[in-house]
Amino acid sequence: MNGERTHRIAMTVNGTYREAAAPARRLLSDFLRHDLGLTGTHVGCEHGVCGCCTVLLDGEPVRSCLMLAVTADGHEITTVEGLATGGELSPVQRAFQECHGLQCGFCTPGFLCTVTALLRDNPRPTEEEVLEGISGNLCRCTGYQNIVKSVHRAADLIAEAGREPTL
Amino acid sequence: MSTSMFGEPIARREDPRLLTGQGRYLDDLGRDALAVAFVRSPHAHARITGIDVDAALDVDGLVAVYTWEDLPGPVGEPLPLLIPHPALTHGRTGYPLARDIVRYAGEPVVMVVARDRYLAEDAAERIRVEYEVLPPVVGIENAAAAGRLVHDDVPGNVGAHLVQQTRDAAGRDAPAAVEAAPHRLEFRLDIERSAAMPLEGRGVYARWDADDGSLRVYSSTQTSTSVRMAVAARLGLPKTKVEVIAPDVGGGFGVKIVHPWPEEVLVPWAARLLGREVKWTEDRREHFVSAAHERGQVQFVRVGFDDDGRIRGLDVRILHDHGAYTPYGIIVPIITSTQLLGPYKPDAYRVEFTSLYTNTVIVTPYRGAGRPQGVFCMERTMDRIAAHLGLDRADVRAANFIAPGEFPYDQGLTFQDGRPLIYDSGDYPRMLDMIKELVGWDGFERERAAAARRGRRIGIGLGCYVEGTGVGPYEGGHVEVDSGGRVHVSTGLTSQGQGHETVFAQIAAAELGVPIEDVTVTTGDTRRFGYAVGTFASRAAVLSGNAIALACRRLRDKALRIAGEALEADPRDLEITDGTVHVRGDTTACIPLRTVAVLANPLRYAFDDEAQRATQFATGGSPDEPPVAEGQEPGLEGRDYYSPVRSTFAAGMHAAVVETDPDTAEIRILRYAVVHDCGRLINPRIVEGQIHGGVAQGVAGALYERMVYDEAGQLLNASFMDFLMPYATEIPHVATDHLQTPSPLNPLGIKGAGEAGVIPVSAVIAAAVEDAEGIRVDAMPLSPDGLFRLRRRAAADPGLRLPRVRV
Repeated sequence: MNGERTHRIAMTVNGTYREAAAPARRLLSDFLRHDLGLTGTHVGCEHGVCGCCTVLLDGEPVRSCLMLAVTADGHEITTVEGLATGGELSPVQRAFQECHGLQCGFCTPGFLCTVTALLRDNPRPTEEEVLEGISGNLCRCTGYQNIVKSVHRAADLIAEAGREPTL
Repeated sequence: MSTSMFGEPIARREDPRLLTGQGRYLDDLGRDALAVAFVRSPHAHARITGIDVDAALDVDGLVAVYTWEDLPGPVGEPLPLLIPHPALTHGRTGYPLARDIVRYAGEPVVMVVARDRYLAEDAAERIRVEYEVLPPVVGIENAAAAGRLVHDDVPGNVGAHLVQQTRDAAGRDAPAAVEAAPHRLEFRLDIERSAAMPLEGRGVYARWDADDGSLRVYSSTQTSTSVRMAVAARLGLPKTKVEVIAPDVGGGFGVKIVHPWPEEVLVPWAARLLGREVKWTEDRREHFVSAAHERGQVQFVRVGFDDDGRIRGLDVRILHDHGAYTPYGIIVPIITSTQLLGPYKPDAYRVEFTSLYTNTVIVTPYRGAGRPQGVFCMERTMDRIAAHLGLDRADVRAANFIAPGEFPYDQGLTFQDGRPLIYDSGDYPRMLDMIKELVGWDGFERERAAAARRGRRIGIGLGCYVEGTGVGPYEGGHVEVDSGGRVHVSTGLTSQGQGHETVFAQIAAAELGVPIEDVTVTTGDTRRFGYAVGTFASRAAVLSGNAIALACRRLRDKALRIAGEALEADPRDLEITDGTVHVRGDTTACIPLRTVAVLANPLRYAFDDEAQRATQFATGGSPDEPPVAEGQEPGLEGRDYYSPVRSTFAAGMHAAVVETDPDTAEIRILRYAVVHDCGRLINPRIVEGQIHGGVAQGVAGALYERMVYDEAGQLLNASFMDFLMPYATEIPHVATDHLQTPSPLNPLGIKGAGEAGVIPVSAVIAAAVEDAEGIRVDAMPLSPDGLFRLRRRAAADPGLRLPRVRV
């Protein structure tokens, strides 16, 4: 059995152009973690249920374990490593810390990506909308209560930031 | 002690790392390591008749294939039986790779090493293993019937049999006390299998350094020090040549305390043999079929009681399913059988458990570790008694409580640590008042009636438990202040995500009087601290927390002595505030701890300005005295250990209001309330987080999660598609309240909190559903289809229907 054929795969990850060669069967999650060294995206089930591997593909949350890296060629990806700007935590990240929305932290990158997109589309979600919005991500540590609280808090932080005068 | 940091709900210090993708979990390490995949048995019970690896040899990137025959000496011996017990007369453990016989579907048979995991899997699927399939033993009752055996040399499939009992004041044992009691009940209870299911599976990564003959192993484990001992022993290496590090661990909940897993022996062995970095990361299916499960038990209860519901005699027989092997001994059924008593004091108690082999995944502690089953038994018993007598369920419990004045209370049994089961402190009546208030117990009949008028069916349930936490033998702590004033704290105990870096820093900051920003904490790294036991049994805060506090007190004494010399003051007049030693009430006569650290280490060489102050021509001191005084050591550090005489007993009470759908039998939790007592709180926010997460796992076990084995021993729901781990939409809001009865057993007065949340949930939900439906609930978990069937059975069998329970 000969070596596998590889493909040049190029994408913009967290605002930076990245390129690597990988076999056609390489999962996007493995490509990000292994080929690009971005290990913040975690793999919890590899069958699309737990949501740990959620990243933003052209701004939309996707399960990176259910996508082949070659199909993400040419697209824009945001991972958990790309949420903070200039060393400053994003409002969603800050809210998770303030509200103790994480424990072991393994599911957290998936939640952060999911919630970032959720609040972009719906800046002031109701309780029901928050539950619905995060209902594709499993957490085994927190019982979700503080994650829900974090989402509401992040909405507050984003609203506050929006009211601040821009320099 | 300064209390500025102790007890504060500060934000976690782990979070910035974990929120930005900078955490380092096992699979984040060793990017270029060779990858391992396993060929695992597809059969629950079979004899291996042949292994053909030829087809795998063509796979490009294949490095090695190993079967049991390749494993030399101790590497190929059966895995250790970690916790022997005299009652475990027929303990059996598996081989790292199966030898001749496989005893559960998922048991590792062949190890494949390749350039990456994809290629390792390619090779693994080309390996042909021939089996002669043997009839499997599946299910507790089949195991007990012993029509077939899991191990030929274990008669009756019985690994262990243990009886413990107490007698009443008249000297009667429980069966006699039951017979003599005014009222008697007899019934059976069932609890199904579930599992810890952390979102990060297990994993091992090993690096062999051929230049100095040393091994570094990273494992997603709850005990790095013990993995180190096990690996060193198996590989014939001195302990000093093996270092084991638990990196960030993505949850454990008990399953990662088991060690050495087959993979923890095989991966380091292969790394040394190949002279290459080798890594194995468990995938989700592997976790389902080859890690560990828990919970499965059948219980037979006989209880005798008086008109007030006081238990005169309680006689319980437990059949416990421990799976194919017993590497972790019989800790789970021992805990079930002892912690079953909860906050109560039956006059006479007898418990007998039989721990049975089945051809299924091994059973080892999962958060709660046997307590959920014991509490289910006792709390269902309390509800039965109340229903029988027509009494308020809370009143029956109150009638059986140990009174606040009765501590320390000796239950007359032997606990899981081999020590007497003596409760140290608690206030159960007060806790009952608090939980009734928090959930709205007394007003519930009005609520029920109002709901009924709208066609809704609701019920309320209550559950109480006592949890032995902080078992020994010991943990240690080391604290060092460097010449920059930074405080380095280490303990050998690992973290699995609870927030140890935060709470241990709080303890150190409070004990030393330093800003918490100056404190860093390292856990679970044998390079930093070699002696430890592990994270389990809600013991981290109790054991390592106290050890760190004691180590800090040693350091503080030394700092005050050295500062006293420098300030020409009596150390007894000194205190430390904000990292500076000063005379009490006078902050002008002071010296920073960083300078004390410099002075504590007499130097010959000045490597920076600060160090100059400690060199031989800079310091004064008597020319007739050695620079390091008799009995002293250089450096500003402290090391100490905490070893408790016995466990400290936390307690809690939960209550829930549920609604059941009259048509679909869906069960919805409307309210969930928790009153919890873990002694003094180090960080209330973290304790609450532990409770929330525990309750969520409890709800999962009560309503959603089960391991579905078919008759052939195949786990039918070994994926997150079929094993229904709850999302946010399934977990209720949890209201919490705290009672703080300090433990008299340890310097900080704390009790463990990690497992508490999960313990009584099945009992509480069963009680609430029973109350809503008026149908006896004797088995958990309970899904809507289960409730639907139960309704049908109750319609045909009036014996299953309860008289309306008064609350």
